[in-house]
Amino acid sequence: MVERTPILNFFTHLILFVGFVFCVAPFVIVAIAASHNLKDVNDVPMSMLPGSDFWINIKTAWTTADLGPKLLNSFIMAFGVAAGKVIVSALTAFSIVYFRYPGRMLIFWLIFITLMLPLEVRIVPTYAVVANVLEPYQTIMDLTGLSWLIEKISGVQVSLSLGLLNSYSGLILPLVATATGTFLYRQFFLTVPDELTEAARMDGAGALRFFVDILLPLSRNNMAALGTIMFLWAWNQYLWPLLITTDQSHAMAVTELKQLIPNVGGAPEWHIAMAGTLIVMLPPLIVVVLMQRWFVRGLIATEK
Amino acid sequence: MASITIRGVKKNYAKTQVVHGVDLDFASGEFVVILGPSGCGKSTLLRMIAGLEEISEGTIAIDNTVVNKLEPRERGCAMVFQNYALYPHMSVAQNIGYSLKVAGVAAAERTQRIQAVARVLELEHLLDRKPMALSGGQRQRVAMGRAMIREPKVFLFDEPLSNLDAKLRVQMRSEIRKLHRRLSATSVFVTHDQVEAMTLADRLVVMNGGRVEQVGTPAEVYSRPASRFVATFVGAPAMNMLEGTVTLDGLSLLGDSRKLNVSRTGLPVGSKIAVGIRPEAVRMVAPGTPGALAATVDLIEELGAGRVIYVDLDGAPFSVVTSEIVHPEPGSTVGLQFAESDLHFFSSESGARLDVFKASVPEPAPAIL
Repeated sequence: MVERTPILNFFTHLILFVGFVFCVAPFVIVAIAASHNLKDVNDVPMSMLPGSDFWINIKTAWTTADLGPKLLNSFIMAFGVAAGKVIVSALTAFSIVYFRYPGRMLIFWLIFITLMLPLEVRIVPTYAVVANVLEPYQTIMDLTGLSWLIEKISGVQVSLSLGLLNSYSGLILPLVATATGTFLYRQFFLTVPDELTEAARMDGAGALRFFVDILLPLSRNNMAALGTIMFLWAWNQYLWPLLITTDQSHAMAVTELKQLIPNVGGAPEWHIAMAGTLIVMLPPLIVVVLMQRWFVRGLIATEK
Repeated sequence: MASITIRGVKKNYAKTQVVHGVDLDFASGEFVVILGPSGCGKSTLLRMIAGLEEISEGTIAIDNTVVNKLEPRERGCAMVFQNYALYPHMSVAQNIGYSLKVAGVAAAERTQRIQAVARVLELEHLLDRKPMALSGGQRQRVAMGRAMIREPKVFLFDEPLSNLDAKLRVQMRSEIRKLHRRLSATSVFVTHDQVEAMTLADRLVVMNGGRVEQVGTPAEVYSRPASRFVATFVGAPAMNMLEGTVTLDGLSLLGDSRKLNVSRTGLPVGSKIAVGIRPEAVRMVAPGTPGALAATVDLIEELGAGRVIYVDLDGAPFSVVTSEIVHPEPGSTVGLQFAESDLHFFSSESGARLDVFKASVPEPAPAIL
């Protein structure tokens, strides 16, 4: 039921407006602070009228923190995570929904459990694995005596090592391996009528063909929604990139913002820090604006 | 064109059996309609032919090749679904041509064949539209086009008309019939609508509770129903059924309140039987006419061309269809007459048809006392 009376209209709009102000105010303050010079930004209270140094501050922030390559790094990582999620989740959900095989429910629950184990919880073992991806295999071989056997027979000492620290794969892969996307797809796949699957079978399409020709085009809204969410999520990652990128060439924009925050005893250059924040905020904002239409549809609509 | 041979086919879901052993033969080029109430296993049977459902027991052969283990695409069947099942993201042309695309047919030939099918189905002006922008009848046609383009050996229809409105249904019915005449591919059509079944079928298969009740031409099924179920399921309004007992000189009906003189029934005296009479075979006469059963009028349904008169025969509901223009008042008494040759007898226990008059000469005279 939708009620339309002038008074209700007024109040609903009032509530909307208050909410809007709450959401937008911090950004406005950041933008204003970014336009002041060193003296104005440290005035108490800070002037709420925009200053004139906006572009100068942006330029300073860009060069000081070397944001160009950092933004590129961030973009590669966020895009990689989003794309990886979209593809891997679609495949896992496809397998879970459309195939009957032994252990299907077990796999389903294993995936489900990863929801309860976010990266922050398992960060130490994950770090160990990324430091040497083959470590678990080495351990298994050591424990079973396999490496001993190989050493006895061939004289070669087995020492498997593949490190992913300071690499894009090391940044991306652990973030891809979670279950959220799988469930989004699963829910969608369950709403696809069975007759469509059967029609495709009658038309001679095999499983993969059906997946690519029918299921994926139908789930583009889902893909857009998931991709957007994952892009933002990955872009805003802080702990994981901080932990595994010791090398400046792989540093992320979000973690590098710290460099702009004034040190104790340094000049209180908050205007530069705020300008840097604005720059780093921009790419996710663009993504949201571009994807908004699809994104909303993918999350709410069950379009047939 | 292909014949279909079904031998001892059963279907189990977990522990429940839904199809209990079906044996059927469909000749090449035949239009077979499987008719039955919902849940009788008719769709399951069709889907087993299509390969969408596994066959628990027995064999299905298409053109003498057992297809139990074959994938749907290898069986040479095309299917039209109840909800059309068009791919919503593809245009009409893409929908129709999808099977060819999967089969790797070159784009040029594909376009040509899509055009040919579209011409037959009068879809040419709609080829670029998405299914969302089509009416029910048009969607139905696209679904048929999708089946036709593969030039299948067997057409399978799973209640394809049940989502259409009454007028369109009649129109599509005749179009399907015409199409069959033109392509003469073996067709199996599943429906619960008896009018659809009677008008379309070369041969009718009536199913109930996972079993085949009767196989025959529509006329045979109508005039000589093999069981009480078929008798009441085929024909509208349904055949009147009266419970009776065989007596020395005929039958007593409705718990001895009426007597029916029939020639030798050959059944043991005292056996319980059901007596059926089609509403169309009953004549309404003036009350008190010699030999007529007296009944009280309950309700009249005007059909335009005729009317259905529901009467009460000593507490048993009974209907009469007449094309005469009569309007008896509800509550008034009328007389009912029918010929002995129009009576159908069924066993009260098994429901099977009892051919009691097979040997006897049909009695022309009204048999009512």
